[in-house]
Amino acid sequence: MTLSTTTQLELHRMMMLIRLFEEALEEMFSRGLLHGTMHLSIGQEATAAGACLALQKDDLITSTHRGHGHCLAKGAEPYKMFAELLGREDGYCRGRGGSMHIADLSNGNLGANGIVAGSLTISVGAALSFQMQKKDNIILCFFGDGAVNEGSFHEALNLASLWSLPVLFLCENNQYGMSMATDKAVAGDSIASRGNSYGIESIQIDGNDVEGVYENVLNFKNKILSSGGPKFIEAVTYRYRGHSKSDRNLYRTSDEIEYWKEEKDPIKRYIGKLIESGISEDQLKDIDTDIKDLIRKSVKQALDSPLSPITNLEEDSYA
Amino acid sequence: MPDMTTGQALNNALSLILEQNPTAFIAGEDIGIYGGAFGVTEGLLAQFGEERIKDTPISEDVIAGLAVGASMTGGKPIVEMQFSDFIVNAMDPIVNQAAKLHFMYGGSVNVPIIVRGASGAGTGAAAQHSQSLESWFCHVPGLKVVTPSNPQNAYDLLLHSFTDPNPIIFMEHKLIYKIKDYVELNDIPKESSMLGKANIVSEGKDITIVSYSNMVNISKEAIVAKELQDYSIELIDLQTVSPIDYDTIKTSLKKTKKLLVCQEAPSNSSVGTTVISKIVESELFNELEIAPKLISGLHSPMPSAKHLELNVIPQVEDITNAVKSML
Repeated sequence: MTLSTTTQLELHRMMMLIRLFEEALEEMFSRGLLHGTMHLSIGQEATAAGACLALQKDDLITSTHRGHGHCLAKGAEPYKMFAELLGREDGYCRGRGGSMHIADLSNGNLGANGIVAGSLTISVGAALSFQMQKKDNIILCFFGDGAVNEGSFHEALNLASLWSLPVLFLCENNQYGMSMATDKAVAGDSIASRGNSYGIESIQIDGNDVEGVYENVLNFKNKILSSGGPKFIEAVTYRYRGHSKSDRNLYRTSDEIEYWKEEKDPIKRYIGKLIESGISEDQLKDIDTDIKDLIRKSVKQALDSPLSPITNLEEDSYA
Repeated sequence: MPDMTTGQALNNALSLILEQNPTAFIAGEDIGIYGGAFGVTEGLLAQFGEERIKDTPISEDVIAGLAVGASMTGGKPIVEMQFSDFIVNAMDPIVNQAAKLHFMYGGSVNVPIIVRGASGAGTGAAAQHSQSLESWFCHVPGLKVVTPSNPQNAYDLLLHSFTDPNPIIFMEHKLIYKIKDYVELNDIPKESSMLGKANIVSEGKDITIVSYSNMVNISKEAIVAKELQDYSIELIDLQTVSPIDYDTIKTSLKKTKKLLVCQEAPSNSSVGTTVISKIVESELFNELEIAPKLISGLHSPMPSAKHLELNVIPQVEDITNAVKSML
């Protein structure tokens, strides 16, 4: 598949947006502006960008605790995300959700989930709605390698396969569930092979190759829509930062982290490819400048916006 | 309209819901051709087809989880936990997801699901098929917990639960399924108004008995027993144990000044202890003439043998004795 220059630049732009958004969060965190912790996906941008850009606006996603990238790639506004992390009324969840629980229904993001594998069964239910409503849409369910050892993972795959539901399971295997290395946690062959065992067509791909992610998601999406039934992708990637802000990286070497940063970085790799294919460095610089400007303005706007007022939270618990 | 059992009343309510709401569907274990372990969904498969009467594998986690996902995307799921004990396999989708998503996502989404389950003891089903776990869910903000006691309120409460925009845990005590009575087959209400409203089963002025689920029926037996014929007893059926209708309880206590709570569940961190603590904390404390009392199940797993099971569950004479001791 040859992608148009517009698509290529959009893939690059989205990866840069995710990285600069999260780097801005790190900076805000170090300045003491953020309450609570957060889970950064720096290093994993290609999966979120490639997957979400292959979807339509009315396709849905469910997301994880490491979900800033999914949220941005599905179309969320950085301002409303910063506002959410800063506890502002304009935040996507009015400060009730924070980093780990941003939902953006307007762009088809059913929400980030703090429970590992918590969104798998939810995505099955949303896919059931698409099936019952006879809609030509899919739901893409993001989850990490840690989720594949939860019982709900297996219940969700089994039922999605039995009922031929339009869900694309996308496992971001960043190789560690907090400190637990995937090869110490997952029995059997690859994670993708678990999909196959439920009769679901499954593949393992390079999650740091943004075009590969885009093409595979698009291909599976089209297959789901034409012949029904779920599909499964295991995207192998790597997170540079700790699991959360308290992580001291005792379970892996700095050499390993450096190797991924130097040799496998999704953004660096893609810039190389784009320049090889004739896109100028100036074009890419312009994109970076625009994003930096957007981030700066969004952070300032969020900091200047009002805090979420203390209302009757007991009443807010109920619809 | 002929008399019908609670099981038939629930079946009628489900049928009406499915008939009038194309987005409503039922999912659960053996709810199709089998008709549900207690017959509540009997005939619905023939009437509405596999599209809407969805037999599932034995997978409580995904049964509850799919309800959450479907409800966020326009569906109106009613799912069945064959025995409410099995709901422990579905705690994440209910407690961490259904109960919290509306709040956590800033009000941008509702999760209108009903999780029905057969609860309670008295059938010799032993420790893993006899529990009354309702108070677990009362502890979770975002959930409503409904506990019918008879055919009519089971029918009405299910319709009101369906109309409510919140996630509902609907606990059907196994011993109420066979209770037969006249049922007015009301329409589906435009707005849910019944949840959080207690029902005064009988009026009285000497003592207030607060109860819910099948223990309302045991309390009724006690009230008409010969030993208590000389007393005027007010019996309140909570109908929903989250939220609890404290207004009705307080109004009654202003008159009777004596509170007895009867439940089948063990007492630790239960509905009954909550009711008593709220009353004791309230302005009514000084008006009470005697310390409130709680009759509850023993703090024991449910034994299988009949005589042992009866020993764990409160009986009519436990209630009559308690009332006599308080009057």
